[in-house]
Amino acid sequence: MQAVLALENGTVYRGLAAGAEGEAGGEVVFNTSMTGYQEVLTDPSYAGQIVTMTCAEIGNYGVSREDVESRAPHVAGFIIRDESPVASSWRAEGTLREFLSTNRIVAISDIDTRALTRLLRSSGVMRGVIATGDAVDPSALVARANTVPRMEGSDLVKDVTCQQAFDWRADDPDEFGVVPERRATGGRPAKSRPSGTSGTSGTSGTSRLNIAAYDFGMKWNIMRRLSAHGCNVRVFPASTPAEGLLASSPDGVFLSNGPGDPAALPYAIENAKALVASGVPVFGICLGHQILGLAMGGRTFKLKFGHRGANHPVKKLDTGKIEITSQNHGFAVDPDSLPAHVEVTHTNLYDGTVEGLRHKTQPVFCVQYHPEASPGPHDADYLFRDFINLIEQSRD
Amino acid sequence: MPRRTDLKRILVIGSGPIVIGQACEFDYSGSQACKALRAEGLEVVLVNSNPATIMTDPELADRTYVEPLTTEFLEAIIARERPDAVLPTVGGQTALNLTVDAAKAGILDKYGVRLIGASIDAITVAEDRQLFKDAMRSIGLEVPQSGLARNPTEAMDLARTLGFPLVIRPSFTLGGVGGGIAYNIEEFRELAERGLELSPVHEVLVEESVIGWKEFELEVMRDVADNFVVICSIENIDPMGVHTGDSITVAPILTLSDKEYQRMRDAARRIIRKVGVETGGSNIQFAVNPANGRMVVIEMNPRVSRSSALASKATGFPIAKIAAKLALGYHLDEIPNDITRVTPASFEPAIDYVVVKIPRWNFEKFPQADRTLTTQMKSVGEAMAIGRTFKEAFMKGVRSLELGRSGLLFSALDEGPGDETALRQRLAVPSDRRMWDLFRALGRGSTIEDLHEITKIDPWFLRQFAELSDMRREIALGGLKALTPDAMRRMKRAGFGDAELALAARVSEKDVRDERVSQGLAPVYKRVDTCAAEFESFTPYLYSSYEPTCEANPNDRKKVVILGSGPNRIGQGIEFDYCCCHAAFALREEGLETVMINCNPETVSTDYDTADRLYFQPLTFEDVMAVIDTEQSAGGDVSCLVQFGGQTPLKLALALQQAGVTILGTSPDSIDLAEDRQRFAALLSDLNITQPASGTATSREEARGVARRMGFPLVVRPSYVLGGRGMAIVYDMGTLDRYMTHAVDASPEHPVLIDRFLEDAFEFDVDAIADRTGAVVIGGIMEHIEEAGIHSGDSSCVVPPFICPERHLATIRDYTRRVARALNVVGLMNVQFATKDGVVYVLEVNPRASRTVPYLSKATGVSLAKVAAKVMAGRTLAELGLTKDLDVAGVFVKSPVFPFVRFPGVDTILGPEMKSTGEVMGGSSNFGVAFAKAQLAVGQRLPERGTAFVSVNNDDKPNLLPIARDLAELGFRLIATRGTAAYLRAYGLHVDVVFKVNEGRPNVADEIVNRKVDLVVNTPLGRESFFDDRAVRRAAMMHEVPCITTLTGAAAAVSAIRAMREQGVSVRALQDYYAGIAAGTP
Repeated sequence: MQAVLALENGTVYRGLAAGAEGEAGGEVVFNTSMTGYQEVLTDPSYAGQIVTMTCAEIGNYGVSREDVESRAPHVAGFIIRDESPVASSWRAEGTLREFLSTNRIVAISDIDTRALTRLLRSSGVMRGVIATGDAVDPSALVARANTVPRMEGSDLVKDVTCQQAFDWRADDPDEFGVVPERRATGGRPAKSRPSGTSGTSGTSGTSRLNIAAYDFGMKWNIMRRLSAHGCNVRVFPASTPAEGLLASSPDGVFLSNGPGDPAALPYAIENAKALVASGVPVFGICLGHQILGLAMGGRTFKLKFGHRGANHPVKKLDTGKIEITSQNHGFAVDPDSLPAHVEVTHTNLYDGTVEGLRHKTQPVFCVQYHPEASPGPHDADYLFRDFINLIEQSRD
Repeated sequence: MPRRTDLKRILVIGSGPIVIGQACEFDYSGSQACKALRAEGLEVVLVNSNPATIMTDPELADRTYVEPLTTEFLEAIIARERPDAVLPTVGGQTALNLTVDAAKAGILDKYGVRLIGASIDAITVAEDRQLFKDAMRSIGLEVPQSGLARNPTEAMDLARTLGFPLVIRPSFTLGGVGGGIAYNIEEFRELAERGLELSPVHEVLVEESVIGWKEFELEVMRDVADNFVVICSIENIDPMGVHTGDSITVAPILTLSDKEYQRMRDAARRIIRKVGVETGGSNIQFAVNPANGRMVVIEMNPRVSRSSALASKATGFPIAKIAAKLALGYHLDEIPNDITRVTPASFEPAIDYVVVKIPRWNFEKFPQADRTLTTQMKSVGEAMAIGRTFKEAFMKGVRSLELGRSGLLFSALDEGPGDETALRQRLAVPSDRRMWDLFRALGRGSTIEDLHEITKIDPWFLRQFAELSDMRREIALGGLKALTPDAMRRMKRAGFGDAELALAARVSEKDVRDERVSQGLAPVYKRVDTCAAEFESFTPYLYSSYEPTCEANPNDRKKVVILGSGPNRIGQGIEFDYCCCHAAFALREEGLETVMINCNPETVSTDYDTADRLYFQPLTFEDVMAVIDTEQSAGGDVSCLVQFGGQTPLKLALALQQAGVTILGTSPDSIDLAEDRQRFAALLSDLNITQPASGTATSREEARGVARRMGFPLVVRPSYVLGGRGMAIVYDMGTLDRYMTHAVDASPEHPVLIDRFLEDAFEFDVDAIADRTGAVVIGGIMEHIEEAGIHSGDSSCVVPPFICPERHLATIRDYTRRVARALNVVGLMNVQFATKDGVVYVLEVNPRASRTVPYLSKATGVSLAKVAAKVMAGRTLAELGLTKDLDVAGVFVKSPVFPFVRFPGVDTILGPEMKSTGEVMGGSSNFGVAFAKAQLAVGQRLPERGTAFVSVNNDDKPNLLPIARDLAELGFRLIATRGTAAYLRAYGLHVDVVFKVNEGRPNVADEIVNRKVDLVVNTPLGRESFFDDRAVRRAAMMHEVPCITTLTGAAAAVSAIRAMREQGVSVRALQDYYAGIAAGTP
């Protein structure tokens, strides 16, 4: 079946339908990761966005329940160059097309994704609509692309956050393959894993820390990693007042990733201010980082085409070490807007944008990128350990 | 952190001659390293025995030594140049081994030379299989179960413990030489014994087989601050069991999810840390069990490699260049990415296309060789292709191999039904033709499940192949009519060449092309930019695709399209790439825009730095014309250079010219005239130049007629071949008949060429340059050391000629000039001469770049290819300051290297068909030393004392006498076959008699095997002795006993032995030789 992608500037691409039938609109962005399409599809931060994978062959290893980052895909639509007709992996439970169709995700394949990426790179991200069917009217589709709500100013978090608080229970905390360094306070010997990964499974029982996490659209791997590093995670809806989290006397508070414009979330910013003031150790990732940036007195702005991929070099300023990071964000914190008590800890080596912040007097730090990876390199996993160290230091 | 300041002078070690497993990828990496180091203001001292390299161009280093890669020469160079450090990681296994040897011998310590790029400890852990396995286990990674054996008994014990099948890997050998897979105890015993023998430390690793597992490679880099990046991931389509150099590979990895990929990346990071490669690039290989994902580490190369060259070309990230900078202490984030300019090198390239690499084998040169692909590499070259999808890249890759019609994938489907069982067997045992068998099976309806069961190739790839096969069927059934605009677009987007479609539709390529052009369908070009279009690319590194948007962005400057030489093969290797690169350099100097087309990832020509614009494309008419059309679309004046890339571009010359393309320099008609036997013979006789009697034949009867007229022996060959493909010397009618019926497809367009063979003649090669005014400059006259009848590429030669009378040299110069003018040559020309009985004959003229151009350029200090390119662009020789024939700066001997050790059972006899893979050069002020160095450089150490076996034919006996006397005088014990011994004894020499091979045992071959012989002089004449002495030569080669087959060679060897004994090791930089020429005292 045919499909058409129309952009707000009038550009039209004709291709083939590769997922559910129908029509879907959103902000068209591109991701340069060469692996992990299923993690991308299920990352709630992509809510409202149509994701273009620049990698040419997509769907090759199928889909698996083990590779989801949330209950269902959240992308508004999906754009690929070449769709795999088969799922070739010992872990595959179905094909990409089946997954997209089942989850009602409209997708288009066989278009010049490179030309599209170059357009987005030079003109900035644009709104667009994908429609399937053999009789799509492209000009009508362009008109509809112009009616898609803009990302700036919209609260997309309310659609992806959990409805009520819950405790994360992972029976499989060490999916990563990276062995977290064991906490000094205790630990359990390694359990062997059939898949060939070696490693220890974090800490156990009474020594585990209790983390309260704001779910702005939290990727499951963050919880898996916190758990692997010895934390129990209780997840709260984004609208929960800060006191609601602090009432449970958590050892630390976590602010998750999520979709959209951080400035459109005044309630989250207010809560973050309260958390910063509370003296409880706080760690934020991605949208959580941006919210903390705003809460600590900074401003955010929209990037031309964002950072989405698994190869972005980030420099940790105190050591000079480089991390290859997983990224997915369209907004960033403006370093010039930051007050004196906030320090930039990490920068992006591509464009110099802020990648990490630290409060100089409160136990608060955050990063713009994704130390939980999934997809992407595991270089920044140490940040979870840093969080735990921060908690332990602040107890002393 | 800025680079370390304690280093001023760096010694870079090259990889020596091109051999199987170590080809021009190390010229690419070495020249990148030299350039990078000098850009940092460091002085570079370079040593490499291979003259046909860009890296040995005198401009690339401060001091360039074309000397043997042995510890004694290395020490002499170090003693003279006193470098602060040595960079051993850009010259392949050769450089790494030499460095380890030098360190062990205390040479590095003695002169206070440090190692940069890799430490001895790191090299040892990576190279020693047991240490490596222990290291892997200590960081929690799995490796295949294995053990080391130092003798056959230990090996058999291991075999019993581990169970079959088993992999045998000799320690410290190159490209897996001597390795293999044993399925039973018999095979195991044989392989283990051979491996023990071939391993320099007499040790083999016996290993649990992971045959059939998925095979992956990561190309990684690390800097001194422990920053780590993966440059490229590579998946082998052929599963474990086939050497990666013999596997079809694809980048990026296509069948691993992020979970598995990141686990592999984490492992790679731990491995490079554990092994201790502090700076630079490494290649790490993994196997993954397709049933459950169990991952094991196979091996690591702590240096740049063939795969890193591929990765550099596949991503646009120049690994060797960055590795050199990291070795100086730079951090990855301090080095800019040349392609994007705004981002640093501390990132992981993202690619938005698919890259396929396909090896090219040369088994047709070695008919008796075992074509089974195992853990020992057998291919001689490779082609890489880039497409937007796997299918497109794969189909482009197949046609890049240039295997002629039979190389087209679908040619397999035109064959008869054949035997089903045989086909299944062929699929089960990997060989160079397995891909064609796979398509044959798909065409017959084999299922993916079935094929996966037999081949273990991942079903994802098989499904892609099946879709290609289905598409082909669609066209086969519908013919040209089926190629509707929609179908044509689908086919072209899947990578089908016009020729493949024509084959399927049973029409001509032109029919398909006309149809396609009438539909308005043409390719566009996309850029390789390291970042999947996230940032703007400033380097026009392009590949074709059938998409709507083109990024070629050509300009309207006057430009020259240089056609490269495609995948390396015997007869067409690095020498032609060298010439193409020099053409690019020269034409850029002339202010022209240079456009390179090539598909060989190993080469310097496919470095995006070499030409202004690089099209990584197959060298077919279709693909070349599409590039020219695109370049012409901007309005610039476009011409094409076809004479530098060997036979590949030459074959396209006429078609391109007919399509209206301007061919630079010598006209295609002159090229054709030189190739056309009848036209050429007429020309020579008009010029009153002697030539051997010759004729042509298109049938057996015609050939017989020619033979009766001219008499035997004859040289027979097909027209339009390079490297003497299909060439033979025949001594009788029976052999001639067999040749005409079996060996060649003669046709009126391509007749068989028949020349009288000048037995016992002296042969010469001349390279010359002529300009449009008719001026001719001779680059040099090279005298062959081997007897006539051996392909010039397989013959050692020397410049200047050392035993040729001046009057012959004058005739040779005169003939060269007359032929060049008669053919209106503008550019390079190679002429082959023979002298016999006081007469000079012209054997062959090739108005194009020849294999000897780089060697001669190194000997004279003048880049002949550069001069020629400028002349072709319109300059005159006088303008370029060349008014007389070139001087040679000393005495330079070129010697070939052969791949026989990889092909057990193959006849090592040399003949008119070229079999060598590469060459070395030895230089000195006298012939003896130059010859000795060349011998050493090919791994042939001439003995200074010991036992010499001599056996020559009757004609040679008088001339043997002085040589035998010299040997005796030098203290050699002489042994000889009966006739030769009797002759020498008659002149008072003491000679012991030994049996010929067919006379009884122990015979001379036994003596060689028992290491009782140190030198063999054996001159056969006529075919009987050729075959009789096969065993002697094979034994000598396998046991590394120098075997000299001509009296000229023997005389050369004797003078070499004497010179080495008297003068010892001496080294001289090319720059010093040239200073000698400039001062008028060569």
